[in-house]
Amino acid sequence: MGVSIEHYFVLSAILFVIGVYGVMARKNLIIVLMSLELMLNAANLAFVAFSRVHDDMTGQVFMIMSITVAAAEVAVGLALVVAVYSHRESLNIDILKILKG
Amino acid sequence: METIVFYVFAALSVAGALLVITHRNPVSSALSLVLTLFSTAVLFVLLLAHFVAAIQILVYAGAIMVLFLFTVMFLNLSPEALKFDSKNMAFKGSLLLAVLVFVGYFASLGFRRVFSEKDLSSSVSEGFGTVEGVGKVLFTDYLLPFELTSVLIVAAIIGVVAIAKRRES
Repeated sequence: MGVSIEHYFVLSAILFVIGVYGVMARKNLIIVLMSLELMLNAANLAFVAFSRVHDDMTGQVFMIMSITVAAAEVAVGLALVVAVYSHRESLNIDILKILKG
Repeated sequence: METIVFYVFAALSVAGALLVITHRNPVSSALSLVLTLFSTAVLFVLLLAHFVAAIQILVYAGAIMVLFLFTVMFLNLSPEALKFDSKNMAFKGSLLLAVLVFVGYFASLGFRRVFSEKDLSSSVSEGFGTVEGVGKVLFTDYLLPFELTSVLIVAAIIGVVAIAKRRES
């Protein structure tokens, strides 16, 4: 009795839900970005598990694409965090209300 | 042996994820995120995806975490600046748990139907997960998406420079 594919999916789902909870409940901008990373990481785990089961490396290629997107997103997001912090001296996500038209 | 390694590193990754969202200090959260990413890389090795595991350590745990830590230390946050987190975290958490149980039940029903015959004990083809194998797929079937990611990176770099430059004036 080894580890089956469902184990990896359950772990991926748990990590994803923890990330969703971080995005919903936390108000610190930087920690919200980290929770986004958690969600992307959970999706990557599911991609690689699917790739292993189907003996097809497409899942791993998509995982590399997803890492690229994550890197670009974090760069832009952290630049926005620095801009917002220098403007308002706070990291509370509620100050993003100033972006309302 | 494999089962033990899976359970140890799965528990470590979940613990790291929980620490990420519960810590008040962003530096501690970033270091816990490194724990999660490293444990996930070990799980990638268990799934025979060695190249992807190396990428995970180098790019995620190396580059992205350095970016996070650099920003946190650049901002030089005072402890008072972080005392604003929401109060009803337990309520939101229980709501989310209910949704998870509801969705997970139906998802497990679906997975049982899809994966009834396929499992991790099945063998894989030659060169699965190596640099050569992944590179072959990446540069033949997915060459155009691969080139488009470079466009995405350039767009991100230009965007960051634009945001940082406007702040100066």
